[in-house]
Amino acid sequence: MDFMDFVNAFWVGGLICVVGQLLLSLTNMTSARILVAFVTAGVILTALGLYQPLVEFAGAGATVPLTGFGYSLATGVIEAIGEKGFLGVFTGGITAGAAGITAAIVFGYLAAVIFNPKIKK
Amino acid sequence: MDINKSIKIKNYNEYVKQKMPKSKVFLDCIKAFFVGGAICTVGQGLRLLAQEVLLLDDKGTAAFVAMVLVFLGALFTGLGLYDVLGNFAGAGSIVPITGFANSIVSPAMEYKREGMVLGVGAKLFSIAGPVLVYGISASVLVGIVYFILHACGVATPL
Repeated sequence: MDFMDFVNAFWVGGLICVVGQLLLSLTNMTSARILVAFVTAGVILTALGLYQPLVEFAGAGATVPLTGFGYSLATGVIEAIGEKGFLGVFTGGITAGAAGITAAIVFGYLAAVIFNPKIKK
Repeated sequence: MDINKSIKIKNYNEYVKQKMPKSKVFLDCIKAFFVGGAICTVGQGLRLLAQEVLLLDDKGTAAFVAMVLVFLGALFTGLGLYDVLGNFAGAGSIVPITGFANSIVSPAMEYKREGMVLGVGAKLFSIAGPVLVYGISASVLVGIVYFILHACGVATPL
């Protein structure tokens, strides 16, 4: 059923972006605020147990939007608490997001150094 | 006749005023839907690749997808192509993790002339910083609540 996985990833991911577009168009939120809101919403929805079913249903449709970053932070913290107790509160989030965060810093840095901004016409 | 006509025109103008911005919002949503959906579909393809070909576990798969998409987002931003996509797709290009990469590269590239430390190094985080601050703080808050509830023996959703 790989094909349905792709269909579900497409429409769920698309709808999450539509929520962002509505915020952008109707409330004049800046893109920075939208990214912050989505990550925080992802953390809270995951904690309430509402995001896990969406990830199981839509796969990348739920993990690729920034809410998915919040999801991995929250699941990381909760998992780490199970393993390490209270220390997990502080180690779990970044540990779970380590690959994405480090990739963003390193690839972001390299891209910013190598490329120059296009001159706006 | 004339009065009727002018009322009709007035009504029509009001009608246009009501409809115009909405239909633009609607069109923007359609664009965001298709572009955002397409980026997530690419992510799903990467998931499949990670699971079936690279035989990674769940955590490895999530890490692999995040890394590849961040790399692509950074690369296309550097090439100036992501901004073109952004002008078309709005939130469809902001909300996916590729948009997060874009928000890191764009200001860093822009402020390069202010130096490698306070230009590139600091501006990398002008949007990613707040995202990490609020995301990580929220996750710590959730962790503390979860820890207390568990210590009290209360069942939690996760």
